[in-house]
Amino acid sequence: MKRTVPLIITFIVGTLLIVAAFVPHYPFDKWNNDFNEFFNIIQAFAFILGGANLMRMHGRRLVERGAGAFYSGVCLAGFLGMMTVGLFKLGNPAGLTGDVDVTGSWFEIGYRYLFSPTSATIYALLAFFIASASYRAFRAKNTEASLLLVTAMVILLGRTFLGPVLTGWLPPSLSFFEISNLASWFMSVPVQAGNRAIMLGVALGIVSLSLKVILAIDRSHLGDRG
Amino acid sequence: MSGFRLPEIDRRLVFAIVAAVVVFPIFFRLSLPEVPSTIVMNVFDSVESLPAGAMVLMPMDFDPGSEAELQPMARAFVRHCAEKKLRITFLTLWGTGSQMIERVTKDVLIPEFPDYQYGRDWVNLGYKPGMESVITVILNDLKKTFPTDVSGKNLDDIPLTRDVRNLRNYNLILSVSAGYAGTKEWVQFAGDPGQIPVAAGMTAVQAPLNYPYYPRQLKGLLGGVKAAAEYESLLIKKYPRYEDQQKYRFEALTRMGPQTFAHLAVIGLILLGNATYWINRRAAQGGA
Repeated sequence: MKRTVPLIITFIVGTLLIVAAFVPHYPFDKWNNDFNEFFNIIQAFAFILGGANLMRMHGRRLVERGAGAFYSGVCLAGFLGMMTVGLFKLGNPAGLTGDVDVTGSWFEIGYRYLFSPTSATIYALLAFFIASASYRAFRAKNTEASLLLVTAMVILLGRTFLGPVLTGWLPPSLSFFEISNLASWFMSVPVQAGNRAIMLGVALGIVSLSLKVILAIDRSHLGDRG
Repeated sequence: MSGFRLPEIDRRLVFAIVAAVVVFPIFFRLSLPEVPSTIVMNVFDSVESLPAGAMVLMPMDFDPGSEAELQPMARAFVRHCAEKKLRITFLTLWGTGSQMIERVTKDVLIPEFPDYQYGRDWVNLGYKPGMESVITVILNDLKKTFPTDVSGKNLDDIPLTRDVRNLRNYNLILSVSAGYAGTKEWVQFAGDPGQIPVAAGMTAVQAPLNYPYYPRQLKGLLGGVKAAAEYESLLIKKYPRYEDQQKYRFEALTRMGPQTFAHLAVIGLILLGNATYWINRRAAQGGA
């Protein structure tokens, strides 16, 4: 019973959603919307679960004073601090009934002056690591690496004004070889083809796995490892 | 005895070079000319072809981490839509997206277009969790998931949204996104099933993943600061009032200076890395 009921629910919901995708008429369209509403409600619970999990993980690390305990402390302080300020609208000039992120509120200040610059800084650090990695990784050691190197150079030049400047003098009959056009070609032909192949493969994989779950062949979502 | 060898550059020196080439154009405010590409022009034309009063949905699915790359696009889109007198609906599927909407409206829409009225010309629906399932629901019923705007006002009391039933009432979805949920989901769950035209702006790393949808499911796309700068140059060309660069800030064009120099530095480092590799390999073979 403990296993059969979830399997029956999975089968009914899965089958209904598949039918609804191909029959967008009443009552299937309504059921489709209702199931998506259920999903949104369930996802709201995931926030609570996620928060609790974060507290448990980092709380344990902090209590045990293991590696990275300091960072866990910073993470928990940030999480609890912003959550308290947001939930109780502390320091909010508009009061309890106003928007949580009204200008001048502590929540908005925390977002603007802590979260925003920190996120931007971490993202910006990528530029340094990419430059360092490019120096070490893009080396023409074999044919494949050489192709990657040439592509990278064309894309890099094509993403700057130098692309058109360097090859803008080419006659119209050779315009394909202008760096900006070559960069566009790389993006719209080989990259597109490769991505489409990956996407189709992934989609077929998802279809196969979904059918296995709906037909109860794969029961891993119930904790079955077999 | 082995031959001449080049030493590997220390990582810290690479970092110092990158810092120098990025800071230099910022200090000297170097701005470079931009030649718009077809894919960018297609986004521009998608907006340009809409009649005044047409409905545009602008999902802002990004966070402060990608703001430097995407906020210029968002601002360019907003300027363009407001110039065309289109009616804009903002929303976000990212918890951090509300502030992105607020920033673009406070910095661009309200000060530059004082005639643009909230509720009549634009509305902000704010954030809703649920990713693509939100899209699926609002494709058929907008008010089921968004009964109110961000300030809690009922959508039936707002002139712009009063007669809107679902996403099919929109003429264009102009997505600005940095990942999941983003442009891909808007194409898959709204644009395609609802036959709604979608155009988008996204981070440079995300662009290759969305190329497969271009040009049929995605009218055009902007990938990274370079494409945003191209869009800005099109905007300046079409609407001459933007030539006053003291009054109007076009951030992507400004940021192309540091990006171009950084790219040149990376190209230089790649060439140097290859020279080091080949010289050292030859030296090793000679010494073997």
